[in-house]
Amino acid sequence: MQNHPVIELDRVTKVYPLPAGDVIALDGISLRIEEGEFIAIMGPSGCGKSTLLNQIGSLDVPTSGDLFIDRRNIREMDDRELTTLRLTSIGYIFQKFNLIPLLTAYENVEYPYILRHRHPDTTGHVTRLLAGMGIDEALSSHKPPELSGGQQQRVAIARALVNDPKTLLCDEPTGNLDSKTGEQIMEMLKDLNDQGRTIIMVTHDPAVAEYADRTITLRDGRMLV
Amino acid sequence: MRGDIIFQLSVRSVRLHFLRSVLAALGIVIGVVAIASMGMMGANMTLSVTEELSDMANILVVNAYTGGGGGGMMRIGGGGSSGNDNYLSDDNFEDIKRIASKYGLVYALYSDSDIIEIGSDTGRATIYGLDPAVMPEILTLTDGAYPKSTNSVLIGPQLAERWELKIGSRIDIGDSDEGSTTTVRVVGILEERGMSMDLSTDSAIVGTEKLFIGIYDTEGEYGQVTIVLDDIDDADTVTGEIEDELNKKEDVVTVSDSSRMMETITSTLGTLTAFVMAIAGISLIVAAVSIFNVMMMSVTERIREIGILRSIGTQKEEVRRMFIYEAAILGIVGAGIGAVASLVLGYLFVLIMVGTTEYFFAPASVMYVPMAMIIGVIICIISGVYPAWRAADLDPIEALRAE
Repeated sequence: MQNHPVIELDRVTKVYPLPAGDVIALDGISLRIEEGEFIAIMGPSGCGKSTLLNQIGSLDVPTSGDLFIDRRNIREMDDRELTTLRLTSIGYIFQKFNLIPLLTAYENVEYPYILRHRHPDTTGHVTRLLAGMGIDEALSSHKPPELSGGQQQRVAIARALVNDPKTLLCDEPTGNLDSKTGEQIMEMLKDLNDQGRTIIMVTHDPAVAEYADRTITLRDGRMLV
Repeated sequence: MRGDIIFQLSVRSVRLHFLRSVLAALGIVIGVVAIASMGMMGANMTLSVTEELSDMANILVVNAYTGGGGGGMMRIGGGGSSGNDNYLSDDNFEDIKRIASKYGLVYALYSDSDIIEIGSDTGRATIYGLDPAVMPEILTLTDGAYPKSTNSVLIGPQLAERWELKIGSRIDIGDSDEGSTTTVRVVGILEERGMSMDLSTDSAIVGTEKLFIGIYDTEGEYGQVTIVLDDIDDADTVTGEIEDELNKKEDVVTVSDSSRMMETITSTLGTLTAFVMAIAGISLIVAAVSIFNVMMMSVTERIREIGILRSIGTQKEEVRRMFIYEAAILGIVGAGIGAVASLVLGYLFVLIMVGTTEYFFAPASVMYVPMAMIIGVIICIISGVYPAWRAADLDPIEALRAE
């Protein structure tokens, strides 16, 4: 593990203005995440876990404070730059898998590759990734609804890895899986972490959080020390 | 995945909602067929009339000046009423003949519209009075002979058919209730002339000048003087000379040639065609609403998918493009089917309404097919712009939360 912050939050605050009054989802979060770390974010519902993950995933920008990803402050980026950052530097793994229903498993994985390289994969990279996740060629031609939850999550992990991002963001990655499949997915994530990828995972489940090197607990938008 | 991946997503979305897409495209099909068919019908009418008039490009018609531009047009083939001041005198005719006879045939024409009685049947027809010597030069017979006596007449083919007239049939000209009728005998049936610059004989009775003067007592009051030029290039010279001579002090005559008539008819048909096409265009507006509705449904149904696409690195512009492609696919498919259908239906419309498909494949006619296609596709794309914009501007986090 190198001592180099891949993500750094400095007094990050996120406020949602609502008619009934402002809602402070994140309240002055400061955090350094080193490259190769495996971090679990825990806390009760509504504590700001997903909001924090969305900020780190550059799906949203903080209301105040600074958030650096690879030393670049995302508050200074426009939508195009944020989108490119999501495509190249971050891999997202969702609780509900979020595969594109119009595409086959193979095409779901190849989609971000084409967006980045502007041409289909001719190197076998996508096939190898899917095989590494236990998805053979026959399965990779199926559309998402024809796959089991575990298979869909494996495809989603392959998709998250296709552009070789430094960081994987996982939002309750085992939340929609049975315990055995959940364990397999967690083993895969652990392997990926062992290979040097930074993993930031939101979870409710203490057993899942045990895979992480460090657990951050949030309550009412603040980090508990 | 081959080709543009964003386009592939659009194609698959259209295929996934096939029935809905087909119904939306059907509106475009109908719109394209309506516009193209109406346009082609108008073009075919114009081409047909233009062709007929081009055959008469060597004819100049001189009418009495009526005070307005192109006033003489009102009298063409229509048999203007006698007994008013709008006629050409003997002096006018002699002057015109003196100027124009070296360029071709010059003849004067009496014309009126009157009641005719055939047996117990009563109707109305145009009556022409012509110099018998001129008749063989300008009129062609299908049956019979040219009139030799005062009470002999030629009749047009449509009049003959409608009243079942033959050589030897008798016609009473005038109203028997007023006690003044003249009985004439048919001696010849004319060949069909169609629309004509100088005189329209298809539903008319053509007699000698003597017959006409005998009935209407209008000697020296000519409805028009016609000049059949030997050389079409003399048209401007003759027109200029007649106007210089006769309209020296005041406007006395109006000289018309077929190009002016053609302009008027083409312009009228053009306006009519544009009007009918505009009505047909309403169907495209209805189609546009349908496409807009389908596109909005597509956006609403795919909010979550849009959220996924955005979260994994799809740019706003690419999402926008995806929905514009979808609208364009509906437009291109609809316009393509519409183009084929409009060639088939347009052919039938033209055959029924114009009577000939001789000009159907002329560029001026078939150009309405690509034109209607382009309009159809553009309308589809315009209908897709707002839904595409909305889709691209969705907040990815909100979109991902959608069920």
